[in-house]
Amino acid sequence: MAGRGVPTRWVKREHDLEDLTALVLPGGESSVMLKLAAINELEAPLCALIASGLPVLATCAGLILLARSVRTPEQQSLGMIDCVVERNGYGRQVHSAVHRVTGHNGLPDFDAVFIRAPRIVEVAPTVEVLAEWNGDPVLVRQDNVLAACFHPELVDPSPTLDLFLSAGTH
Amino acid sequence: MSHAQDPVPGFTAEEVQTKIGFVEQLKGGVIMDVTNAEQARVAEEAGAAAVMALERVPSDIRRDGGVARMASLQKIKEIQEVVDLPVMAKCRIGHFVEAQILAAMEVDCIDESEVLTPADEANHVWKREYQVPFVCGCRDLGEAMRRVHEGAALIRTKGEAGTGNIVEAVRHMRAVTSGIDTLTKASAAELDAKAQEFRVPVELVQWVATNGRLPVPNFSAGGVATPADAALMMQLGAQSVFVGSGVFKSDDPAARARAIVQAVTHFEDPATLAEVSLSLGEAMKGLEIDKIPPAERLAGRGN
Repeated sequence: MAGRGVPTRWVKREHDLEDLTALVLPGGESSVMLKLAAINELEAPLCALIASGLPVLATCAGLILLARSVRTPEQQSLGMIDCVVERNGYGRQVHSAVHRVTGHNGLPDFDAVFIRAPRIVEVAPTVEVLAEWNGDPVLVRQDNVLAACFHPELVDPSPTLDLFLSAGTH
Repeated sequence: MSHAQDPVPGFTAEEVQTKIGFVEQLKGGVIMDVTNAEQARVAEEAGAAAVMALERVPSDIRRDGGVARMASLQKIKEIQEVVDLPVMAKCRIGHFVEAQILAAMEVDCIDESEVLTPADEANHVWKREYQVPFVCGCRDLGEAMRRVHEGAALIRTKGEAGTGNIVEAVRHMRAVTSGIDTLTKASAAELDAKAQEFRVPVELVQWVATNGRLPVPNFSAGGVATPADAALMMQLGAQSVFVGSGVFKSDDPAARARAIVQAVTHFEDPATLAEVSLSLGEAMKGLEIDKIPPAERLAGRGN
């Protein structure tokens, strides 16, 4: 984001959520994020903010956090996007790779970096599939939430970031 | 956000994305040493971002002596089965067959570690040949750059493992930081001389001089015993912290692990650091570096 001239700040506490124009739930370990969100009492304000229509980009662990349901293993999630995901659905780190994914709805095909990535195994009809790889949805959108199995910050050009920023800054 | 898409000398574009991209995801997290499945579960429950499988924690290696090798594969497998976090494991310096075996076990990252007994006194593992990312320790910028040149996707300052004493970790972090600072101000001729001194290609030295940082993330290890130690290393510029003996050699490992995770998240917030430190039991008993015979100091292994 900084490379694109967009000012950012970390959200660690509820007061960090004030006056945001958009929010990124990045990669990392979803179980860690869940625990920190609970300890720092961020879950309810975060869900309220997302429900209010704030543009959100959720990538990798962020997608797991927002899914309706999480498998392998089952894990609590915030249920802000109507899909089911499997953690590490494409295998351990040694299977991490760059894949050419197929864009839909006006999005071109593009390279995407999958790192211990979650796999989307089910999407509700209300969820728009914006890119697929190997028959699986890998980039989806529901209302104001854009969610990716991969890491859009690791490629340049990045149609996913372009899409998010055009929604988030207008 | 990350700059992992910048080209790095010695890495293919895809390796930058998948190897360095992987370790980028660990930034701001805590990686905890574990010796069995039960400890791995405690670490995960406490909020560890990854676990490091090893045979004995460093303070036990220090106490009991003997040759310290890669962990039992059965133990690694058990740990992989009970946690969904990235599982790292240590191989001996230069022991490329231990590295091959750990890669075959599909561990998520290999630590070529001075904590184990070195297998080769002159050569490190040539890490570029592996698909699995490696982390290596360093005491200064030259050592860090030699490891990156060999293919390490992550650097950690060594500190002095198993001591519960943060002084070496601080020394090494400051040495790396000031080494980078010097490069950013150096002339072309000085960079050329530095490349010779560091025994790495000049392109790598130029990369660091231009960017003002290492081409891979830099974490801290060796001596973290308290939430304050962890936050100290973060304020000194570490992007994440490895905790070894500090957790499972303390009074209440689960509570200490949770507190260290919170301390790394809120490392710039003294009120939170006070709050998470308040109710902790005893930290591990520490060792003074001067009291350790030079031959028993781990940081000098591998250069």
